[in-house]
Amino acid sequence: MEILVCVKRVPDTAENEFTINADGSDIDRDDLVYSVNEWDNYAVEEAIQIVDRVGGKVTVVAVGDEDSEEVLRREMAMGANDGLLLADPAFADSDGRGIATILKGAVEKGTYDLILTGAQSDSGAGQVGGMLAAMLDIPYASLVDSIEVVDDQSLKIGREIEGGNREMNSIQLPCLLSIQTGINEPRYVGIRGIRKVASVEIPVLGSAELGIGGAAVGSAGARVKRLDYFVPVLGAGAEMLEGSTEEIVDKLIELLKAKGGLK
Amino acid sequence: MEPALIAPAHYTVLGIPTLLFSLLIPLVGVGVFAFIMNRRVAPLLKAAPDSRFDDIAGRLANVVKIWLGQWRQPRYMTAGVLHILIFFGFLALAVHTTSLVFVGIFAGFSIPGLGGGFGHLYMIVKDYAATVVLLACIVAAVRRGILRPERYAVPAKYGQDHTAEAVFVLALISLLMITDSLFEASSVAAQVQLGQQGEYLAPGTLAWLLKNLLLDTPRETLQTLHIAGYYIHDLTFFFFLCFLPMGKHFHVITSLFNVYFMRTEKGNVKPVRYGISDEQLDDLDTFGVKKLEDFTWKHLLDFYTCADCGRCSDQCPARTVGRPLSPRFISIKGRDLLFRNYPLRGEAPAAEALIGTVYEEDEIWSCTTCGACEEECPIGIEYIDKIVDLRRGMVDEGMVPQSLQKPLKAMEKRGNPWGKMEKKRGDWAAAAGCEVKVVADGDSAEVLYFVDSFTSYDDRMQGIAQATARVLTAAGVDFAILGKEEKDSGHEVRRFGEEMLFQDLKKHNSEMIGEAAVQAIVTADPHAFNALRHDYPGLPKVEHISQLVVRMVRAGRLSLLPIDDPDKVYTYHDPCYLGRHNGIYDDPREAMDALEGIKRVEMEKSRDRSFCCGGGGLMLFYEPEEEERMAVLRVKMAAEAGATVIVVACPFCLANMEDAIKVAGLEGKMEAVDLVELIDRHLAPQP
Amino acid sequence: MARIFAYITHKGGVADDTALELAAAAAQIADGTAVTAVVTGSGAELEAVCAAVAAAYPEVWKVESPALAYPNAEVVRKALVQLLPAGSVLLLPHDTFGMDLGPGLAIKMDAAFVADVVAVAAVEGTTLKLIRQEFSGQLSTHVSCDIAAGAVLNIRPGVCKPMADGAAAGQIVDKSGELGDLSAGRQFLEVVAAEVGDVDITKSDVLLSVGRGIEDEENIEMAVELAEAMGADLACSRPIVDAKWLEKSRQVGTSGLTVKPKVYLAMGISGSFQHLGGVKGSPFMVAVNKNPKAPIFQFADVGIVADILELMPELTKKIKSA
Repeated sequence: MEILVCVKRVPDTAENEFTINADGSDIDRDDLVYSVNEWDNYAVEEAIQIVDRVGGKVTVVAVGDEDSEEVLRREMAMGANDGLLLADPAFADSDGRGIATILKGAVEKGTYDLILTGAQSDSGAGQVGGMLAAMLDIPYASLVDSIEVVDDQSLKIGREIEGGNREMNSIQLPCLLSIQTGINEPRYVGIRGIRKVASVEIPVLGSAELGIGGAAVGSAGARVKRLDYFVPVLGAGAEMLEGSTEEIVDKLIELLKAKGGLK
Repeated sequence: MEPALIAPAHYTVLGIPTLLFSLLIPLVGVGVFAFIMNRRVAPLLKAAPDSRFDDIAGRLANVVKIWLGQWRQPRYMTAGVLHILIFFGFLALAVHTTSLVFVGIFAGFSIPGLGGGFGHLYMIVKDYAATVVLLACIVAAVRRGILRPERYAVPAKYGQDHTAEAVFVLALISLLMITDSLFEASSVAAQVQLGQQGEYLAPGTLAWLLKNLLLDTPRETLQTLHIAGYYIHDLTFFFFLCFLPMGKHFHVITSLFNVYFMRTEKGNVKPVRYGISDEQLDDLDTFGVKKLEDFTWKHLLDFYTCADCGRCSDQCPARTVGRPLSPRFISIKGRDLLFRNYPLRGEAPAAEALIGTVYEEDEIWSCTTCGACEEECPIGIEYIDKIVDLRRGMVDEGMVPQSLQKPLKAMEKRGNPWGKMEKKRGDWAAAAGCEVKVVADGDSAEVLYFVDSFTSYDDRMQGIAQATARVLTAAGVDFAILGKEEKDSGHEVRRFGEEMLFQDLKKHNSEMIGEAAVQAIVTADPHAFNALRHDYPGLPKVEHISQLVVRMVRAGRLSLLPIDDPDKVYTYHDPCYLGRHNGIYDDPREAMDALEGIKRVEMEKSRDRSFCCGGGGLMLFYEPEEEERMAVLRVKMAAEAGATVIVVACPFCLANMEDAIKVAGLEGKMEAVDLVELIDRHLAPQP
Repeated sequence: MARIFAYITHKGGVADDTALELAAAAAQIADGTAVTAVVTGSGAELEAVCAAVAAAYPEVWKVESPALAYPNAEVVRKALVQLLPAGSVLLLPHDTFGMDLGPGLAIKMDAAFVADVVAVAAVEGTTLKLIRQEFSGQLSTHVSCDIAAGAVLNIRPGVCKPMADGAAAGQIVDKSGELGDLSAGRQFLEVVAAEVGDVDITKSDVLLSVGRGIEDEENIEMAVELAEAMGADLACSRPIVDAKWLEKSRQVGTSGLTVKPKVYLAMGISGSFQHLGGVKGSPFMVAVNKNPKAPIFQFADVGIVADILELMPELTKKIKSA
C-alpha cells in the first residue's frame, strides 16, 4: 500500500509559556523549540505499521520552509521511506484551503492508496484533511483511532465519537483519514536515527512544479485570515482564592460545604 | 609390604582387567568434557569484544580476595559458611582426586611431593575435608530440599523450580566423598585384618568411621568394596565433570575466570562497543544488544557462571517491590538461551531478537542501576552494563515507553527533561541570599558548581541549590554556575541507552566547563557527580558537596552550630551513586556528626547494602508496575531504625523520600532533608 | 446577505443542545434574516426532532432518507451539497460530527471554512470577525472570514447561550424530494459503546477531576484519598486516560463522558474545550491550577493558583479532621 502522511512542524507547547509580540501579530518565537505535530506523529507510526503488515511504502510530506525538513527527517528516521517538502514563498499565509490545495498538487504527482493526516495541529482547526479529501474526491473520515486493512479495496476503521463511544465504518480505498492520538504507541527516534537519514535527499517542490496558480494559495487566496493573537480574558467568572495554603483550604472547604460538595 | 587388597590397576573381573576401565573412564570422560567445553566456548568466540586484559595485578587481587578468599560469601552467613566449607574441601580434595585417576593405572601412584611425610599429613587433611564436605552437603541438601529458603524460589513466569538440580549435585558430591573414603577405608580395614600397620586414618573422619565399620567384613567383600568404591568414584567424578557445564554448577569451572575478568571500576558504563571511540559511533550499523551474540564474551561468561544463588535478586530493590525484574533471571534466562542456541548436538534455532522473547521491555526498563546486585554477587557477575546494552538496543529500534520519549526529546531540544527554557536554568540563584556568579554572564571562578536539571528547575529541589550556594559561600569557596549554558549531565540519558544524546550533552557541557577554566567542580547531585567523574573524561577534580563540607570542617573553614533539634533521631540514607558506585560512605556521616549533639542511627540496610529510593533522572518519568514504591519501603526501614529524620545527599532521593513519607502516612512522624540543607541550617553566623 | 442555515444534530429523537446554541450564533450573524434549521434523518425520530426544532427556528428543512438514518458525514455532505443554495452560510456544531463534515463540505460548496469558533466578534458586510483559540486554548485569535461565496462555520458547543425556546413557530418544509444520489465510499457499520467502569461518573453529584497537573501515576492515590474524604467520585481528563493511569470510564470530555454534577472540582486541568465540552448542567466549578493563565479559570466559579500536589493532601487532611 502506498501511503502519504501529511505532517506539520509546530512549536512545542508542553512547557512553553507563550508571549505575544508587541503588535499582537504573532507569538514571540525567539525562545520556542519546534517539533512534529503530535497527531501527525501517530499518523506516521500508523502508516509504518500498516506497511509492515501489508507491504508498500510511506511518504511524508510537509508544507513549510526549509526548517520543516527537520520534521520530515525525524519521521523518515521513524521508518517513512521518502520525504517531500513543499516550499515556496508564495505559500506563506495560506489558509486551510490553501494548504489543502498545495497538498493536492503533491498528491496528484504520485499514486497513493491511503493518505493520512493528524486529527488537528497547533491551530486546532482539524480542517486540512477533510478539505484535501473533498478536493481529491475520495472518502474521508476524521478522528480515526483504529485501522484494519480488509483487502486492497477497503479498510475497516474506528472513529472516536462523543461519550467515549466508537463509530465503526467501512471505507473504500483510496481514502483519506485523520488520525487521533492513542491509535498506537509511536516509536522513539533518537539522534542516531536522525543522523542516519541526515544525508537522504528530500525533494523540494514549489508552486511551479506543483502547477499551482498564485491566486489559489498564500495570502491572496485566503478567505480566512488570522488578524491577531491575544491572551484570553481570565477569571471571567472565577473568584480567585488567595492567601496562605491554610486560608485557601479553609475557604475552599467552606465553599464546598455550602454548595454540597462535601458529604 | 604386600598389599592387603588387589589394586584397581591389577584387578580382573570376569577375566577382564579393570585397568581397561581405569583407562577408558578418564579417556571418555575427558573427551566428552572437551567436546562439551568446545561447544560452550563457541558463543564466546562469536560474542562482542570486551576489554578485560588490563590491570593484571588488580585482577589477581580480585581472584585472591573474591574467588579464593570467598570474600562475599559470609554476607549470607549460613549459605556462605556452607559454601566456604565445600569450596575449600574441594580445593583440598582436588589433588587427591587427580592422583586417584592415576592410581587406577599405576597402583601406588602418588603425585610427586606427596609421597612421604607430607603426603600423610595431606591425607589427614583430605580425609577431614571429605568429611566436612559430606556434612556440609547434607546440611545444604536439607536446607535446599526441605527448608527451602525463599531466595531460591522460582516464580512461575521464570519456569521450573531448580531444587532438583541442586539436590542432585549435592548427592553427587556426597557420593564422591563416600566412595573416596570407602576405597581407602576398605584397604585399611583389610590391612588391619592382616595385622599390618594400615594407613593412618584420622579419628572422626568418614574414612576412619568406615574402616571401623568394616573391620569384621570378609576380605572378599572388602575387595569388592575397594574396587566398586574406586570405579564408582571414578565414574562419578567424570560424570560430574561433564555435568558441570550443563547447569548452574558450571560456576565450579568458570568462576575463577569470571572473577579474574570482573569489572575493576565502578560507576562507569561500558562503551557501546569496545574499540570504537565516541567519534566513531556514527559508523556503527547497530547499537546495543539485540540478539544473544551482541553481548560481550564476558557477559556471556557471566551467564555461564551464575550459580543461581539468588543473592542479587534478594538485594534488588526492583524485585523487592514487585517490578517485573529479577537480576538472577537475567542470567538464568541468558544461560538457558545460550544452551538452547548452542546445543551440544544438532542444529541451533535461528537467532531471534532478545526483547519480546527472552527479556521483556518492562523488565529491562525496571532497573534503577542502583548496583546492589553487582555489589552482592560472590562471583563477579555484572548487570548494569547488560541492562544498559539492552536498552541501547531498544532505543535503536525505537522501543521506548511513551512516558520516556517526551523527556528524552525535551533533553535533546532544551537540555532538560521538562523542556523548560534554558534561560530559566539559573533562576534559583536570585533567592539564594548570597552571590552566585554565572559563567554564562562572563563571570569566572575557581570552582564550578554543577547544578544539573532537577536541582535547577524543580521548585523544591532549588532549595538544595540555594543551600549549596550558601554553604560554599560560608566556606569561602570562590564558585560559579554555568547558568543557561549548563545542560543535563545526561547521567540517566546514558544509562537509559540513548548514547548519542548523551554524547551531545557531554560534548556541550565539556566545552562549557572547559571555557569556564575552573580548577575544580562541585555538585550536590550524586548522579551529576557520577557522570562528571566517570562519563566525562578529562575534567578537573570533581567533588560531592558532602566531601567538600568534611574537608572544610576539618580545615576549620566551616564552623557549624550544635544540632538545632536534639530530640530528633537522624539516619543517613546512602544514595546509590554516592555510596555503591563511588564508595563515599563516611564523608556524609562525618559531616552529620560534625553537628554537635546529633543523634544518629543506622538502618539495617546501609552503606553498600543501601536500598535504592526508586531511582533518579529519567526514572522519575517511567512508571513500572510495582506493588509498593521503593521509597515507601525505605521510609519504613528508617522508622524501624528509630529515626525521625532521613538525611539524604541526592535530590532524587529527597523527592522520593518526601513523597513516600506522605504515602506511608508518616507525615509529622518522619521528615526528609538533604545533607546540604541540614548543614546550611547549622552554619555558624559569620563574624 | 445569503441564506443562513443551522444543521441540527440529534440522537434518539432528541435534538442536541447545540440546536439552540447554533440558533443564537446564527442570529448574531444573520442580523434579522430568518435562519433555517436543517434536520436529516429518517422515520419517527426525524419527525420528533423537526417538531421540536420548529420552536426555535422559523423554518425547518426536513430531509428524510434511509441513507441518512445514521449521520454519516460523507452522506450528509452529499445531501447538503444537493440542497443548499449557492452562497449559503451553514453553521455546524464543532463536535466529532461537525469536524468530520465541515471542512469537506466547505470545499464542495466552494465556501469559506472556520473551525471551532468560540465567539462572533463583529459582522462587517460580507466579512465576519470571529474569535478562535490556538495552542490548546492557551491563546485566542481574531480571524476574518470572507463569506461572500458562502461559508461553513463550526461553532464550539457550549460557548453560545442557547436561544430561548418557543420563540418561533417554525414551518417544517420537506426537502426530501430534492435529494439525488446519496451513495458514498464510506459506510457506517455500528457504534461500539464505551466500556462501563465500576463507577458511573455521569450520575455523580460531586466530581473530583484530575488532569495533567497530577504529573505522575503515583500521585493518583492522592486524588483518590481526597475524593474519598469529600465523598466525591474521581474523574479525569484525556491525558490521564491516554497514560492509562485511570480507566476510560472516568474520562470527562467530548471524547469521554458527559457529566452533569452539582459540584465539579478540576484539579490540574488546563480546561481545553474538549474537556469542558463534557461538563454540562452548569455545576459549581472550582479550578486549581499552577498556571495562572490556564483557560479553566475562565469557566470556573472559584479559582486557585496552586500546585495540586501540595493542595490536595492539605485539603484531605483538613476535611478528615473536620
